[in-house]
Amino acid sequence: MAVLMLMAALLASCSRQANDSHELTFWTVGREGEAVAKLIPDFEREHPGVHVKLQQLPLTAAHQKLLTAVAGGSTPDLTQLGNTWIPELAALDALEPLQVRVERSHTVQQADYFPSIWATNLIDGTLYGVPWYVDTRLLFYRKDLLRQAGFDTPPRDWTQWRHMLAALSPAQRRGYGILLPTNEFEQLLALALQQDEPLLRDNNRYGNFRSAGFKRALTFYVETFKLHQAPMISNVEAGNPWTEFGRGVYAFYLSGPWNIGEFRQRLPAAQQDDWSTAPLPGPEGPGASNAGGSSLVIFRRSPHKEAAWQLVEFLSRPAVQQRFYDLLGDMPPRRSSWEGGALHDDPKARAFRDQLERVKPTPPIPEWERIVTEMQLVAAQAVAGQLTVDQAAVEIDRRADGILEKRRWMLDRQGRSR
Amino acid sequence: MNSPRAAWLFLAPALLVLGLFFLLPVIAALVLSLTDYDLYALADIRNLRFVALSNYWELLHRRLFWSALGNTFYFVAVGVPLSLTASLGAALLLNSPLARMKPFFRTALFAPVVTTVVAVAVIWRYLFNTKYGLINYALDSVGIHPVDWLGDPHWAMPTIILFAVWKNFGYNMIIFLAGLQAIPGDLYEAARIDGASVPRQFWHITLPMLKPTLTMVGMLTVAGYFQLFAEPYVMTEGGPLQSTVSVLYLMYEEGFKWWNLGSASAVAFLLFVIMFAVTATLLRFSRRGGEA
Repeated sequence: MAVLMLMAALLASCSRQANDSHELTFWTVGREGEAVAKLIPDFEREHPGVHVKLQQLPLTAAHQKLLTAVAGGSTPDLTQLGNTWIPELAALDALEPLQVRVERSHTVQQADYFPSIWATNLIDGTLYGVPWYVDTRLLFYRKDLLRQAGFDTPPRDWTQWRHMLAALSPAQRRGYGILLPTNEFEQLLALALQQDEPLLRDNNRYGNFRSAGFKRALTFYVETFKLHQAPMISNVEAGNPWTEFGRGVYAFYLSGPWNIGEFRQRLPAAQQDDWSTAPLPGPEGPGASNAGGSSLVIFRRSPHKEAAWQLVEFLSRPAVQQRFYDLLGDMPPRRSSWEGGALHDDPKARAFRDQLERVKPTPPIPEWERIVTEMQLVAAQAVAGQLTVDQAAVEIDRRADGILEKRRWMLDRQGRSR
Repeated sequence: MNSPRAAWLFLAPALLVLGLFFLLPVIAALVLSLTDYDLYALADIRNLRFVALSNYWELLHRRLFWSALGNTFYFVAVGVPLSLTASLGAALLLNSPLARMKPFFRTALFAPVVTTVVAVAVIWRYLFNTKYGLINYALDSVGIHPVDWLGDPHWAMPTIILFAVWKNFGYNMIIFLAGLQAIPGDLYEAARIDGASVPRQFWHITLPMLKPTLTMVGMLTVAGYFQLFAEPYVMTEGGPLQSTVSVLYLMYEEGFKWWNLGSASAVAFLLFVIMFAVTATLLRFSRRGGEA
């Protein structure tokens, strides 16, 4: 049975649906599909010849479906693609380079985009995607709880942050300082990106988790649990963090932009003034965070690249991006989209605008997601007290080096053949 | 036409289908398990390296593989006896002449088998929630401290076992029920006349008469439980601290999450070898028991 399952993946359908010359297949991942469905009619009105066929993939199945589609040659015309997945599809040579189109375009202006977000679409100097929306992690915090503990402003650096976490943790009150689900890598990754040292070294050939910087981030992370400032639970058990945050079980919550909408929806109106957002504190002063988000990419095999590019341009217009934010809360990747609409006046979005100027991309290699997953697995062991910080750093490096073995082999071979 | 040739002719369609859709893929997977087929090889076949047995070698040196194997054996060793006992118990109750509303209970007990794992898992996750779950609420009312069912590495597997047993016992129950109904009533009658108690009737009539059914059901359940995947996939995603990663879950992660199809095939073959050895041993034991 197991063997058969594997083969099914390999033999994945080679059939290619015949594309109607007026039909554009657009895949979306997760919640974006529903919102974009409301934007598409406007696009179709502007381009009468084009009909957009929207297909929504659930987030959990998207990765597999995309790779299977590439293997089977049944890719859509364009898709939404998390920017950490771009290196993989670029390695498969499945994506259309977009630099020439961007240079000709009046709508997509590179200078208007947040530079680090734009950079995630460049693989070895080639542009493969146009950022669609951004995702970075920062602090949601309970203003009232901080005030009760004697703090008028959110923390700016780790020392202040630790101080506040201590004041808001079980020794002082019922509840914890912060929720850091032990099976999510994003929080530790954000702290690690704040360091000067890169996470991988030698042209991304080896792990660099033994660096003093990463160890400092891991120490801060692990200590938060050791000091009982965060509960040692995964996001499965955390269940409904929004209600818990509302009840004051956590004073801080390190998460992304979609939660602005969640908190507005889930917390009662009377509580809406009690919470806010703040840029992520760094070791010394405001720190960096991750440059996440999704891009729009066009597939090399698409027979309708021109129409696909028109849709990319349409979805990149500031006015459309503002509507997209209103519909879903996904934050736009270009500065001009932030200058009008609901986003401009939203005090809770301001911290994100600030943070977006200070984001850092992760190493642009296909192995990254696996490495960062292993990083978190080892970090969770350190949190549980099974490993010290030094042991954990060595172990993450060992696993990363193992994962990168093939990459090293390929780079060496390319080096020789040149 | 002579008879062997006729026989081959009749067998040909079945053999063809089996060869094409079973044997060929299995051989291909075996070949795959000797290579480092991955994302890069998918992009360009020149990136494929023949690595002989090193996928297997690396697996045998990976702690996660051994812990996954340990988790799987734990699941089989505890889950199978529990499942068989539950099925047999339920079948005996349903078969009892004292039982009322048999069709209703038969349907009710069989219902979990036909429900979707995903839908039921959502309900179970709520039941076993540390703070708001019904289970902990009930435990709390008798003074037992709340247990972190799905979050504690020691409790996650027992919870998964409980879930799997509840989900699957109805199927075996139906088979046992059929087996019980096939036992001639006059055997029990004779035993009663001889003054045998109910437990002795069970031990000396029901169990021996059920033996072929038990062997078959036991073997199928062992083979099925070795392929543990859906339950941890929907309940815990292999966590916490990878305490519910089974061998098949490991294969899924290797193959479909990380696209390392070479090493995923190696996992599949190792699992196949282990399952083959275990079922062969069980079969031998049951045969020897039969001769004695």
